[in-house]
Amino acid sequence: MYSKKVMDHFSNPRNVGEIENPSGTGTVGNAKCGDIMRMYLDIDDNGVIREAKFKTFGCGAAIATSSMATELVKGKTIQEALKVTNKAVMEALDGLPPAKVHCSLLAEEAIHAALWDYAEKNNIKIEGLKKPVNDVEESEKYDI
Amino acid sequence: MKQWIYLDNAATTPVKHEVYESMKPYFAEVYGNPSGFSDFSEQAKDAVEQARKTVAGFLGASADEIYFTSGGTESDNWALKAVAFANRKKGKHIITSKIEHHAILHTCGWLEKAGFDVTYVNVDENGVINLEELRQAIRQDTILISVMSANNEIGTIQPLKEIGAIAKEHKILFHTDAVQAYGHIPINVDEYGIDMLSASGHKINGPKGIGILYIRKGTLIESFMHGGEQEHGRRAGTYNTPGIVGFGKATEIAQTLLAKRSAYESELRDYLIGRILTEIPYCRLNGHRTERLPNNVNISFQYIEGESMLIMLDQKGICASSGSACTSGSLDPSHVLLAIGLPHEIAHGSLRITLSEETTKEDLDYVVEELKKIVKRLRSMSPLYEDFIKEKTKNV
Repeated sequence: MYSKKVMDHFSNPRNVGEIENPSGTGTVGNAKCGDIMRMYLDIDDNGVIREAKFKTFGCGAAIATSSMATELVKGKTIQEALKVTNKAVMEALDGLPPAKVHCSLLAEEAIHAALWDYAEKNNIKIEGLKKPVNDVEESEKYDI
Repeated sequence: MKQWIYLDNAATTPVKHEVYESMKPYFAEVYGNPSGFSDFSEQAKDAVEQARKTVAGFLGASADEIYFTSGGTESDNWALKAVAFANRKKGKHIITSKIEHHAILHTCGWLEKAGFDVTYVNVDENGVINLEELRQAIRQDTILISVMSANNEIGTIQPLKEIGAIAKEHKILFHTDAVQAYGHIPINVDEYGIDMLSASGHKINGPKGIGILYIRKGTLIESFMHGGEQEHGRRAGTYNTPGIVGFGKATEIAQTLLAKRSAYESELRDYLIGRILTEIPYCRLNGHRTERLPNNVNISFQYIEGESMLIMLDQKGICASSGSACTSGSLDPSHVLLAIGLPHEIAHGSLRITLSEETTKEDLDYVVEELKKIVKRLRSMSPLYEDFIKEKTKNV
């Protein structure tokens, strides 16, 4: 079902984890559809993304797209990172099954959400960045 | 070939060697059409009738109440649509449950479009149908109650006898989808007041593409397949002789082994449930603790998603199933898990493990050890788990 690249990024995901005091962080997706992505970015004074980390609740494709998205934005300037679209993530993974395309959209949203957070924290405006749709629903409280 | 630990026996089962052997002559040697009049076709006919008798005996029915079909889905479609159309002058109301297989639910959806009314009765947190709600749903124009014998995802066994009694009291037909239960738990159509019952061959180590519909004598039902005079003209189409013979053989074996097999599998089932619930934190058993199929284990692991779990298990040679959206082909998780009241994210994290009499304790020990690592790994990657831990440490 999945390409070799997807399986590789699922089995050995790059950049899993958190960044303490990140320059920007964003969480997108919702538990209802079964995918939540959180991205952390460490951005230096020149606006270069030094470090990118992620945590994802979701299927194989969701984990693989998060991993690839962090790889693609690392070392890039903010403007370059904005060009990492869902299409770019998908191509880098040698494609996704049609039902999983929304996972790559989520990865793009996660990058934007983290950059938006960075911009807000620093009171700056990033050219070409729209406020991301953050549709994480309040997680229903449930005790197991 | 890679060695698999196959724990998806609710999806399908391997054809047993004896079943395979019993079918073989009916492909190329005894290939006569059972509907023919020669001595040659008579041999094939005898084999079909022998299988019919075996099935009837197992259900406590008579042979002429057993109709061979192409499987559980056809049987469900036939029972619902053909009863609805035959009884539409009497009434247009059908009652079923919220946790039926799609072969029932989608057929009901189609009937609704055709002008019938369907009530979907709720189940409790264990997946047991609410009998009081069932009673209250009955109307003057109710013609059929269809409730599954046991659920395919969570294994809960329904109180068939009570449902049968309610149906009888109100003179309503009672159909049960027994695809998961047939051959695994004892079912007697008279004792349970069942008027129609669907079963399938490939869930009991028989071949795929063969099933039955039991129809009690005197039941008002239309033909489903129109054509030749097979099955008293009620289900046309040339007999699938090898399939029917295989279904009969599989039934015979299932009947002989039922008590022993059920005891063996229930013990393993309870062992697996016990180990997982005590050794892996934040998980819950879905379905009834005791009123459940002997081979069914269904557990939700909080903060992680089912498909990821399945791929990782697959990489370790373990074949199981999940009720997550990603495995259902839609964005919603299993309707059964939602119906028992699970929130979406917990329904997404479900894992179904279904055993067979070939399963060993060693297999399950291996599964538990791998599962522990997989759950830990996926939780370490989960933002939901991160939030949960942060919240927890804050409150301490």
